[in-house]
Amino acid sequence: MGRRGKRRGDGMTARGLFEWVGAKGRAFVVAAPLAWLTLFFLLPFVVLAKISLSESAIARPPYLPIWEWAEGVLNVSLNFGNYLFLAEDPLYLMAYLGSLKIAAAATVITLLIGYPMAYVIARAPQHRRNILLMLVVLPFWTSFLLRVYAWIGILKGNGVINNVLMSMGVINEPLVLLQTDFAVYLGIVYSYLPFMILPLYATLVKLDEALLEASADLGARPFVTFLTVTLPLSVPGIIAGSLLVFIPAVGEFVIPALLGGPDTLMIGSVLWNEFFSNRDWPVASAVAIVMLVVLVMPIAILQRTQSGKEEAN
Amino acid sequence: MRRSFSLRLSAFLGFVFLYAPILSLIIFSFNASKLVTVWGGFSTKWYAALLQDQQILDAAWVSLKVALMSATIATVIGTLASYALARFGRFPARMMLSGAVTAPLVMPEVIIGLSLLLLFVALESLVGWPAGRGVDTIVIAHATFGAAYATVVLGSRMGSLDRSIEEAAQDLGARPIRVFFDVTLPALAPALISAWLLVFTISLDDLVVASFVTGPGASTLPMVIFSKVRLGVSPEVNALATLIIVSISAVILIAAWQMQKSEAQSH
Repeated sequence: MGRRGKRRGDGMTARGLFEWVGAKGRAFVVAAPLAWLTLFFLLPFVVLAKISLSESAIARPPYLPIWEWAEGVLNVSLNFGNYLFLAEDPLYLMAYLGSLKIAAAATVITLLIGYPMAYVIARAPQHRRNILLMLVVLPFWTSFLLRVYAWIGILKGNGVINNVLMSMGVINEPLVLLQTDFAVYLGIVYSYLPFMILPLYATLVKLDEALLEASADLGARPFVTFLTVTLPLSVPGIIAGSLLVFIPAVGEFVIPALLGGPDTLMIGSVLWNEFFSNRDWPVASAVAIVMLVVLVMPIAILQRTQSGKEEAN
Repeated sequence: MRRSFSLRLSAFLGFVFLYAPILSLIIFSFNASKLVTVWGGFSTKWYAALLQDQQILDAAWVSLKVALMSATIATVIGTLASYALARFGRFPARMMLSGAVTAPLVMPEVIIGLSLLLLFVALESLVGWPAGRGVDTIVIAHATFGAAYATVVLGSRMGSLDRSIEEAAQDLGARPIRVFFDVTLPALAPALISAWLLVFTISLDDLVVASFVTGPGASTLPMVIFSKVRLGVSPEVNALATLIIVSISAVILIAAWQMQKSEAQSH
């Protein structure tokens, strides 16, 4: 920018004017989105950190200011009580661990279901491939909330599964499927399956079939070829897909709220309840800050190094 | 052969898994019985009931307004950001821009919602804006994380554009802004439509962020659906879900078909 800006002094020839406008234009193209994102994405985290250090109060808004200017004295009172509270009450630790456990297990199940689907699509004839891919992507476009809702009708006491099983005489009493951890796993796997399939497909479709043929020619059985050739080569897709499922699953609120039971502990629902039910904004902020530092940042760093590695290849 | 059969079978079951819940949702929207999952004959009365439900109609209108505005703002921001990242090489604040524009993709919704609400509250007490919360604040929130999705969609297209055409236009004396509007933007059109549609559908679907940043009087459709669903399944929600899913699918399929057609022509 600076290099172009200097030429402004060359007198206002037509070309100089255009370049001046051009430099301004460039600055605008960078500054406009940067200003929006700084104001509405980065600045909120500063406020979040600030509120997490304030004391909750029955007021509007429901917290006390952390600094006060009185008679020439600036009083800053940082309240770390919210963080101590999180450390003391085992509920929060359990919820963080519960989220990690549920998200990790659901990611593995999604991988096991998604891999064969991605493999079959990648090996399908060209004209059918696009249709199959469209079939994978279409549910992702339609409402997430409504697709989770669909499972309530299927899983509940007099829902589709129980009705079918009872009319076939397999069971006499309806099974308790809804409001269980099982339903939460099901909901996560179902909702995020397309996120797993797409990156897996992207790596599997690039796989050179000559490698598979070579392996078969050398006498390896299909399963051995899969383990020694296909699987190692699809690791980038496995990692990308797993991150795309794991990251949103950790902070998930809708799925545990609709399908989970009272025992389902996930940190997204804890934060929601802290804010909407207990109206404790400072504790909710502290929960969010811990979530940010413990869960989001390591994943973001991992993803950065991962995509950096991919670019290097 | 046997192995490939079991592989195909598991893929087939995977597709059944993806579509069975949606199909059951649609089938039971035509159920005469109020018990949703017990079949009581064919009926379209829940669709009629939907048109009488003022709460749902109002919420649908709010959601449509929010989605239209936030998709448009997000696409503009996304276009600028992806253009800067793809064409300007190294520039000051590049790291900051690329970080800020991708971070919303990995940020849990509850954190985006809570932190934005706290910002709005703090801004209101400091500068008096935004005065109260409602449609405007939801639009800002959706445009912000929508911009991240738009940048991803537009960035990948921008990267695959043939730059020699832009350079040719520049060599023929077109100013950068002219090159952008006459060459880059038309070539980006399919990606612009995808990005806009993506943000539109995400905004239409968002429950969590909107619940945090909204105020009294502005309930979006997902918020109304969520409060109804928490009380149990309702055939009316099934009818609404069917309308939403069928119309979104139709738009997406038509858009995909059109894009494939225009791509086939350009080759």
